[in-house]
Amino acid sequence: MFEKFFDWYKNRHDYARDWLAKNDGQVVGCFCSYVPEELLYAAGMLPVRMLGAHEPQDVTEPHIFGMFCPFCRDVLAQGLKGRYDYMKGIVLSQSCLHLRQAFTSWRNHVPEDFSFYLYMPNKVQTEHARSYFAGELVKFKDAIEKWTGKTISDTSMQEAAELYNENRRLMHEVYDLRKGDNPPLTGLEAMVMVASSFFVDKKDHNAELKRILLGLKSRKLDRDTGARLMIVGSEDDDTAFINMVESVGATVVVDDHCTGSRYFWNSTQFSGDILKDLSNRYIDRPPCPTKDWEERTRFPHILQLAKDFNVAGVILIQQKFCDPHECDMVPLKEYLNGNNFPTLFLEFDVTVPLGPMRIRVEAFLEMLGVEELF
Amino acid sequence: MAEYKTEPLKCWPKAKELRLKYYKDYQQAREKGGIRWTGGAWSFDAIPAGLGRDVYNVTGEPYAASIAFDRKLSLECLEAAEAKGWARDLCSYMRNYWGSMYLGKYAFGGDYPDPDFCFQDHICCSHGKWYQHVAEYKKIPYFCIDVSVGPYKDIDENRLMFVVNQMHESIEWLEKVTGRKYQDELLIEAVENETRSTSTWAEVCCLNMAKPAPLDEKTMYSLYVHGTLAKHSKEIADFYEELRDEVKYRVENHIAAVPNETCRLMSDTQPPWGFLKVFRYLEKYGAISVGSLYTFGLIGIWETKPDGSWGPRTTPMQKGEKITTRDQALRVLADWNLSKPEWQHFYDPNLKTDMMLQIVKQWQLDGVMLHLNRGCEGLSCGIMENRLGIAKAGVPVMTFEGNMGDEREFDEKRVMVRIDSFMETLGVTMQNTSTAAP
Repeated sequence: MFEKFFDWYKNRHDYARDWLAKNDGQVVGCFCSYVPEELLYAAGMLPVRMLGAHEPQDVTEPHIFGMFCPFCRDVLAQGLKGRYDYMKGIVLSQSCLHLRQAFTSWRNHVPEDFSFYLYMPNKVQTEHARSYFAGELVKFKDAIEKWTGKTISDTSMQEAAELYNENRRLMHEVYDLRKGDNPPLTGLEAMVMVASSFFVDKKDHNAELKRILLGLKSRKLDRDTGARLMIVGSEDDDTAFINMVESVGATVVVDDHCTGSRYFWNSTQFSGDILKDLSNRYIDRPPCPTKDWEERTRFPHILQLAKDFNVAGVILIQQKFCDPHECDMVPLKEYLNGNNFPTLFLEFDVTVPLGPMRIRVEAFLEMLGVEELF
Repeated sequence: MAEYKTEPLKCWPKAKELRLKYYKDYQQAREKGGIRWTGGAWSFDAIPAGLGRDVYNVTGEPYAASIAFDRKLSLECLEAAEAKGWARDLCSYMRNYWGSMYLGKYAFGGDYPDPDFCFQDHICCSHGKWYQHVAEYKKIPYFCIDVSVGPYKDIDENRLMFVVNQMHESIEWLEKVTGRKYQDELLIEAVENETRSTSTWAEVCCLNMAKPAPLDEKTMYSLYVHGTLAKHSKEIADFYEELRDEVKYRVENHIAAVPNETCRLMSDTQPPWGFLKVFRYLEKYGAISVGSLYTFGLIGIWETKPDGSWGPRTTPMQKGEKITTRDQALRVLADWNLSKPEWQHFYDPNLKTDMMLQIVKQWQLDGVMLHLNRGCEGLSCGIMENRLGIAKAGVPVMTFEGNMGDEREFDEKRVMVRIDSFMETLGVTMQNTSTAAP
């Protein structure tokens, strides 16, 4: 049922090249999920999220010091290896220092016609962030218009925002089905569903979501659900890891990842001023830890997800050296444990050692099962 | 081999006294009915100054550097942070600071003095999170100003006002959490002092263009630090003027920091504080680090002069501008800080490479030593691109790996051997053969 999503995820470059052959626009690489893709889409572009390839590589050492996260280096490697040679533009929406370096090194060493650094505020908890970011979106829009030579109308931005909202609503519908006792999809399928949305035209993605939703409610998986788990942490499209977890007696029923629920959880609310509305949407979304201060708004959101999806335990994952998540892990673990959700912490690299991690996951699941035994 | 006369800095005892007084004032603030706050070295300390003349702060980075210099205490602090579960690769200043807080030990003797509130700014991932944890642990209020609005060359009204609006918001917050009435005249005084102290520090650094250099970087670390403690204070601004006059005297009288100066270098990022002997080792080659973008521009505020050279930024007072209102003071403060050289590379490593090459040219340097500092993601951001840019410009550059605040990540022997190799490529020989690399 989810084959199309797997195909798009696996063959993302083929999709992009096909799209270019059929459309007048360009493919634009988005560094970080905070890029307001709607503006690019309204300009006739295909925004694609920059992810890594989960392959060992040796091309980024001269560019990014080894103390920065493997994800940012994996992303940069894709550019240095020419995997995106069809792409003409890149955009960074400001978040962590790690991914920022993938962007700046890409800009230095991979030729692109268009690059834009969007100064997304880090303090999203001040009301001043809204008007400030709306002002920065005007500059982003102007830059795209200058590049393409075409005006982006309010109508096209409104239509793009509505299309993106529809995509979010449909993915919410799929996620809601995971709340039931026997979820009709695995965590792996959910992960690839969301991740594939980064690479394809939202019209295509929406059509496929609608198609699968027709049959998903009645779908029965030929497997036991096992322990219901939540997965929380840094960027994560590690399909091998989640597949391993779900092969040892568990199902991941919900997540808090920028490659998962955080990407689509909130929608744009319309007030008649589309740039302000888009600004508010990105300010109000469930935050990355790098933007979650002074208050910790992430934690209650994560707790609510854990309750709503009735999880037995939480796997906390973190890209090695990811400072923002490292700064949240200790208090988050305490917070979840204090609310009776057991946790397992695991550190990720470009590739993960599945054998040792499997032993730790199995031990965690055994611990979760103790109450049932006695 | 060049032989210059040398002598200790006359204001050195005063520098030490001011630093110690700063930490004691903070410790004893409550006995005097005063207020204590903590935050980063880049926080807008001029703003809480408007609460009264009995407001004292401790800035996290220099405090943690003091801990790091005491390797035994540092290890205790780092292990205390690790025992709480924090990752070993987090900012080592933050871990030293948190460890001191957990242990309840003040690096300057006695118990860790609890702050009344945290007041921070944010440009690096660790900034906002550092004091979020302090505030939670100590159950005190916290305010943080986001300054990540882009490089100074691209600052416009929208970006400036985002910072200024948060500053206004912070003053309302300060009044609320302290119950004190804010005094604009004290803010204005502090802003004027800050522009004076940070511009004067840049003047001091400019004097190091002289050959022989009147100051070496190891000495400069003990002097720039005052700007990281309380750049807004009259005491510090006055001290920097006194220092500038003395350094000027040294230049005029050819008083060198290193008597055998033959090779001029610059470093980058914070040094490994427990291993400042690296700089003494350089002296055996007649090599002197005359500064760095870090020492010059962490606190110093600069501008490009009409002739294209880099020099101290002209203060509002020097321009004849009178600050009369809160809003004007905050605009000046925001604009002044947004031009800080060490804030520019957060957006583009090329901006830092350009500034470093400007220093190489203006200070007539022979090479660059980049400290790949595992302890600071902020100042290590883009550092490998800096290396490529410097090398491309034909300037000899070496790297050495370490950690400003975690001695466990510094391989002393390996670094010294790398220095030997670098000296060899520069054609510099050891002038005292009895002190070969360990």
